[in-house]
Amino acid sequence: MKDYFFQDSVGKPMDRVDGRQKVTGAAKYSAEYELPNMTHAVLVGSIIAKGRIKSMDTKKAENAPGVLAVLYHQNAPKVPGYVQAAHPSEPKPVGQPLRAFYDDKVYFNGQPVAVVVADTLERAMYAAHLVKVTYEEEKHATDFTKNVSKAFLPTAAQRNPKHPLNDYVRGKKDAYKTADIKIEQEYVIPTEVHNPMELQSIVAHWEANDKLTVYDKTQAVIGTQNAFAKDWDIPVENVKVIATFVGGAFGNGLHTWPHETAAIMAAKKVNRPVKLVLTREQMFTMVGYRPHAWQKVGMSATPDGKITAITHEAIGQTSSYEEFTESTLQQTRMMYTSPNVTTRYRILPLDVSTPIWMRGPGEATGAFALESALDEMAHVIGMDPLEFRMRNHTDRDPEKDLPWSTKYLKEAMQMGAERIGWSKRPNIPGTLKNGEWLVGYGMGVGTFGANRGRAKVRAVLHDDGTVVLQCATTDIGPGTGTAMVQIAAQNLGLAPEKIIFELGSSLYPPSPSQGGSATVASVGSAVHAACKALQQRLATLVADNDAGFKGATADKLTFDNGYLSLAATPAARVSFADVLKRQKLKEIEVTEESKPGDERTKYSMYSYSVHFAEVHVHPLTGQIKVAKIVSCADAGTIVNTKTAGNQMIGGAVGGIGMALTEGTVMDHRFGRYVTKDLAEYHVPVHADAPAIDVFFVNKPDLINNPNGTKGIGEIAIIGVAPAIANAVFNATGKRIRELPITPDKLI
Amino acid sequence: MAVEKDLPHTCSQGEKGQCPNEARRDFLKYSSILTAFAFMPNMAVKAADLKLEEKLVSAFEKVNVTLNINGKKRKLSIEPRTTLLDLLREQLNLTGTKKGCDYGQCGACTVHVDGQRVLSCLSLAAMQDGKKITTIEGLADGHELHPMQAAFIKHDGFQCGYCTPGQIMSAVACIREGHADSDDEIREYMSGNICRCGAYPNIVNAIKEVKNGGQKV
Ligand code: FES
Ligand code: FES
Repeated sequence: MKDYFFQDSVGKPMDRVDGRQKVTGAAKYSAEYELPNMTHAVLVGSIIAKGRIKSMDTKKAENAPGVLAVLYHQNAPKVPGYVQAAHPSEPKPVGQPLRAFYDDKVYFNGQPVAVVVADTLERAMYAAHLVKVTYEEEKHATDFTKNVSKAFLPTAAQRNPKHPLNDYVRGKKDAYKTADIKIEQEYVIPTEVHNPMELQSIVAHWEANDKLTVYDKTQAVIGTQNAFAKDWDIPVENVKVIATFVGGAFGNGLHTWPHETAAIMAAKKVNRPVKLVLTREQMFTMVGYRPHAWQKVGMSATPDGKITAITHEAIGQTSSYEEFTESTLQQTRMMYTSPNVTTRYRILPLDVSTPIWMRGPGEATGAFALESALDEMAHVIGMDPLEFRMRNHTDRDPEKDLPWSTKYLKEAMQMGAERIGWSKRPNIPGTLKNGEWLVGYGMGVGTFGANRGRAKVRAVLHDDGTVVLQCATTDIGPGTGTAMVQIAAQNLGLAPEKIIFELGSSLYPPSPSQGGSATVASVGSAVHAACKALQQRLATLVADNDAGFKGATADKLTFDNGYLSLAATPAARVSFADVLKRQKLKEIEVTEESKPGDERTKYSMYSYSVHFAEVHVHPLTGQIKVAKIVSCADAGTIVNTKTAGNQMIGGAVGGIGMALTEGTVMDHRFGRYVTKDLAEYHVPVHADAPAIDVFFVNKPDLINNPNGTKGIGEIAIIGVAPAIANAVFNATGKRIRELPITPDKLI
Repeated sequence: MAVEKDLPHTCSQGEKGQCPNEARRDFLKYSSILTAFAFMPNMAVKAADLKLEEKLVSAFEKVNVTLNINGKKRKLSIEPRTTLLDLLREQLNLTGTKKGCDYGQCGACTVHVDGQRVLSCLSLAAMQDGKKITTIEGLADGHELHPMQAAFIKHDGFQCGYCTPGQIMSAVACIREGHADSDDEIREYMSGNICRCGAYPNIVNAIKEVKNGGQKV
């Protein structure tokens, strides 16, 4: 891999700064903080999908050994924020998050209806089983297919004609219908669940009546702080949120959930710290999921491979109490040259819990349909699908009619095709064999907005020459701290070993939540700004106080390896530490904010990926083995090839799950999942993951941000599932349009 | 909650005052008292009203065990239903061992018991009496990382790090068992350890390096 831009720290495959903590067990995740007087809470979930709680018998549980409290809707501490939710001056909310223990209503199976607090975990678990709840059951609707006619345009779009979720028409509406060469197919993905390895957990501690500290599994430190301050009607600064290590989240930490409030209520009630850890079953219903989605793609093309029209419709599942939406159709609007594009997005409320963005949200769902359809059309016109995509490549955003900030998708496609050995792909499906196995190749393209938000970073240079940077962002796994240290090293002229990046606390300057692949662009830009500001301060200090540097400005100085010197007179060289010491300064501190400017109105900004898969399918058993995946990305500057590569690998593994193994199954008689643990819901294991090769174009996007980065997290998975589905078609001639592609669908 | 304490010396046999059999007899005895209550509905309700159950249980339900954890002998008085995982995490503050499912399906809780890899969520602590338990905290030799830990850092065999202690404990055992001779064999014998972040290929590379490096694991 070649570094196209930075020469020094950025771009290096540096080991993670927190690697040692992670391999020795020293890294503390949210449930692992030991507080004096800790108590344990266990949630009781409803066993009906819809209705009311008729009665709640908690006596036995209350009398069980060690039990301190049993809370439910009738005796739980009141949450002031619940009452204020519909303030007259605010527009009527489009639904709202489930309010824990608010009233007797049950909206989904597994909804928390009570929480038991005891002095030990075992005692809390035992007592939770003793809570007896009776229900008044109502008829529930959980079956997507049976209820699909009730889907509607999201209220936000109904209210605002400019809302991006509205129907979109470029050129002629549904133009494919009248074309000669056309396809029209339906695609389905089941509900998928994030299932990070760390169970969702929280330690809630009221340090005073109006002072709350939570050690919480979240991707949104500041968002969580604001939410709880509002809920409990206390000043924002009275809520402290700690999320130093997060054991994976993939999106399910982007929302505050009822279990968090349950723990906070319980802590209020028992006046001791409360630890609450969800069970694996509860992870399926209490912290969101990727919603079941139905899609239909109509496409027309000319015999020489020009797409003339695409219509893409999608219906996504949501809950009855909250409208969850995602950008399922975005890729269709901007990826290909097609003069005619129509998209229609609807949501279908069911008696289930609310979904939440799951890695490559929406886009990964949409790309499965779009990129499968591309493959179908290429097959119809008898063209290589790589060539088909090249012919419909666009050098300008056809949706916004703007130039791209950067786009190196063609380079990525060429790279990947070479590395997977695309030339071996048989033109006629089902004709290539390896022993008794059928062999096939497939590809899929992914894209995601190269987002950037507003972030602030504090940087302190100490008189020993070390620098500590702080920001309230999190690291759910990509290696945020490591990347930030590298960006700081690069922009300060200081060895990475001398830099510490602290994150995961609301005491640090604010950052957006860690979602939408925007962390490095947002926080990295603030790190860049803080480092430049520190250099400025150093320059002023030497210019004012050191004769050798008289009149020096930051741009005339060289900052390298902890020293600054004048380019013109290299003899004038002094270490950062000495600059401080000479002025008897213990430290200098800067806090800088960085945010995107109007470049976003002039350019369209996206990251791109292309994934190639080689699969082997056993013709008798339908067993599918992914033999190899090659993932290539245009994600701007790659700060750390090792951690970024790992993130791409992880996305590919997630895509294997999406394509081949993952899907919930619900028993609609009860509206309850049959798949409710990791033995029944199959995430990929070691044996499912082949060698995965990752290549980066690694060219900076300096329009996007000063470090030239674009996001990686989402594009790592978007396009993987269709690449595999297309490879299965190439191997077998069977087109599977409903995920996951399990062997039974092939035999 | 103090669980670590000197055990009562009420029996003469056994070394250092341990009498596991005695403890088990006590446990059975008091369990059956409780069961007897449960068979008499009225009595049970009454017992519940008087919080009798609580009093009985807290008086008698503990079991005494001695565990050697990471080279340190620990005499503990524990509830018989406590899993080894919860004992480590909730009572001994050894939180390096992770809970990913509690059902033996994810491998996050893998520890070594007498040198064998074991899912601590499926093991009752009370059954580990006299056993030698190694957790991730006890793998390194002081400040010197175990070769597998170093290889995981070098190959970036993790992202969020939550599955990592379990992966590393399994990986060490995988080599000791002689199940690390090829990529496919490693994948097969590591398949009980889920990594949702998907760092699998890097984990395989780390294991291969340690295996091929011939260091003592
Ligand atoms: S926690 Fe023991 S196997 Fe998952
Ligand atoms: S590193 Fe996150 S689950 Fe393996």
